[in-house]
Amino acid sequence: MNVAVTLDEVRQESLPSASEAGPAPKRIVVAYGFWIFLLSDIVMFAALFAAYAVLVHATAGGPAGAQLFNQGSAAIETACLLASSYTCGLMSLAVDARRRATFYLFALVTFVLGAAFLTLEIREFADMIARDATPQRSAFLSAFFTLVGCHGLHVTAGLIWLAVMMAQVTLKGLRANVERRLLCFALFWHALDIIWVWLFTVVYLMGVRP
Amino acid sequence: MTDTHYDRAPGDISLSAEREGATSSHVGVYTLGLALAVILTATSFWVANTSQLWAPGVPLGLTVLAIAQMGVHLVFFLHITTGPDNTNNVLALAFGVLIVFLVVAGSLWIMSNLNDNMMPGAELMNLHMQH
Repeated sequence: MNVAVTLDEVRQESLPSASEAGPAPKRIVVAYGFWIFLLSDIVMFAALFAAYAVLVHATAGGPAGAQLFNQGSAAIETACLLASSYTCGLMSLAVDARRRATFYLFALVTFVLGAAFLTLEIREFADMIARDATPQRSAFLSAFFTLVGCHGLHVTAGLIWLAVMMAQVTLKGLRANVERRLLCFALFWHALDIIWVWLFTVVYLMGVRP
Repeated sequence: MTDTHYDRAPGDISLSAEREGATSSHVGVYTLGLALAVILTATSFWVANTSQLWAPGVPLGLTVLAIAQMGVHLVFFLHITTGPDNTNNVLALAFGVLIVFLVVAGSLWIMSNLNDNMMPGAELMNLHMQH
């Protein structure tokens, strides 16, 4: 008796493959497609990170990272984004449990924390520009504003998306398509936090060291 | 075949599709992830600012901490697991990580090579200036 064939049969019986179960539910297809988009977005950030890492010493006589970056404000921004990622997870659980009031509470907390992050970042940018550290000053600053600004734009888009989703839950209720959009939003928000982990490590922690 | 078996969507927290109950343990998953992320972040900030560690090793240590925190986010917040229902998600992620690694490491490698080979050294510059 062929052992390999036997093993094959056993495995098929205990665990039917996804294709045997027929087409996947829309929730899985939508979330998987959005997962592919997020990964391509992360690849785009990888290119910006590479540009920053290559240009980090090209200060053209202008200010370097050690003179510009404030680790205290970077730490507060990190805390805001991490806490908002946590409340976004709790918001997803509230959606799964169909608790509307809890959903609104955590969505609002997520929004406020994200907005606080964005406010701190804009203040930091304004402060740098006031000290004549504009994107035009050096290749290093161009790369810095492109990289961190791109993440900031993503957070802005996420905040707009979250506000729209709160309105949709109010107007349409927790319908299947609204739930799928909320699932995609949660994926987006968590992915932004992963990018921020690399941002504060590469830009604010490594950049300040001599 | 009674129970149909589907792949799991990225971000879906548990196999069982029950809507009520067991949410307290799910909150625990997120809380554990938050605690680990806070510990790793605090360690990163401490490593970057302390003078007790061997300075040339600090960037490597920070990289390792960032990779660890990325893993925490993927497992506890995005719920990417090694289960058979997650194969598609993991494969897509692995491909993304490969491309990210190629782009970043390749750029740094090529640009440092170009800098080494194309930038004239100080003595060469002096030769040019002499005539």
